[in-house]
Amino acid sequence: MSHLTDLPSWAAIPVCMLLLLGAAMTLIGSIGLIRLPSFYDRLHAPTIATSGGTVLICLASMLCFAVLQSRWIFHELLIIFFITVTTPVTLMLLGQAALYRNRLEKPRDVPQTPGRPSKEDSQ
Amino acid sequence: MRAWFPYPLLSTALVLMWLLLNQSVALGTLLVGLVLSMVLAWVAVKLRPTRSHLNRLRRIASFGLRVSIDILRSNIAVAGIILGTRGQPVRSGFVSVDFDVEDENALALLACILTATPGTAWLEYDRRKKKLLFHILDLENEIAWRRTLDRYEAALKEIFQ
Amino acid sequence: MTELAILWSILLAQVMLSLAMAFALYRIVKGPRAQDRILGLDTLYINAMLMLIAFGIRTANTIYFETGLLIAVIGFVSSIALAKFLMRGEVIE
Repeated sequence: MSHLTDLPSWAAIPVCMLLLLGAAMTLIGSIGLIRLPSFYDRLHAPTIATSGGTVLICLASMLCFAVLQSRWIFHELLIIFFITVTTPVTLMLLGQAALYRNRLEKPRDVPQTPGRPSKEDSQ
Repeated sequence: MRAWFPYPLLSTALVLMWLLLNQSVALGTLLVGLVLSMVLAWVAVKLRPTRSHLNRLRRIASFGLRVSIDILRSNIAVAGIILGTRGQPVRSGFVSVDFDVEDENALALLACILTATPGTAWLEYDRRKKKLLFHILDLENEIAWRRTLDRYEAALKEIFQ
Repeated sequence: MTELAILWSILLAQVMLSLAMAFALYRIVKGPRAQDRILGLDTLYINAMLMLIAFGIRTANTIYFETGLLIAVIGFVSSIALAKFLMRGEVIE
């Protein structure tokens, strides 16, 4: 553990805080994944892990290696960019797929397409 | 120049990403990045994305700031909901609002923003009726979310004209 | 002293992240419908990526960050493919 001993304490404390906070946010998101009752509720849980957890943990890593100046910190920037751009797309598509399936199976529980009757929808 | 680089912004972003991935600015890397960005921009021409004109950089910056603040607040609120509900289930539900934005890129951006915000999830947009269907985790804040959407609608209309 | 604090907080963060991975795995195994399982898989990908970043901070090895980036991209593509499959029954229309 040679590189961590070089980290001054004014940088070490924020790194620890950001890391722990980010991990806690990720854990909260996953707890939501098992605690929330319906699928549409659970759809909200992973966004905490991405928008909170990923950004905080990557910030901790960036701060650590920027102070140490041991390597470039662009990978974290790219990870933040990819995750913030891609996860909403995944969740949006998943929500639409779930809505589509629920409309076919249990049309009562979900709102129908406005302006179209449900029978036409299921054909 | 226009024939070689049909989408200058996209090409620049691609070159930049290539350099960041390789973490070097050597001549070979730069050349490969340039060729890649050109080829991928031509592919994008084949896909025919709808062009929209952005204006007012300050407006965009303030919109981005407001979205970040909303996402941060919603993060804290949803974390509280997940940890706080002991026993009684959270009241969630579908909400449908009138939303009148024509531009496809603006709609895509709004979909990403709404889904990235932990309290809300985009589900569907009906183009004929101009109705937007989304799901919110906490129905207590329904009025606040409707007001937020109205603000987003106004901001998006100003940015994408 | 600071080294010890950072090492312990990395360890604690890794414990929390592995708990989060276990919860996501539970949702994959349990999940009543297919969409729940895909949601769990997507969360599992993100948690695994964050775990790799924590390892990267600990060892200062660039390979961990590159692997994290790779997992992020591949997880995105696979989740999209699975969601498309749920919607239409085929991946490419």
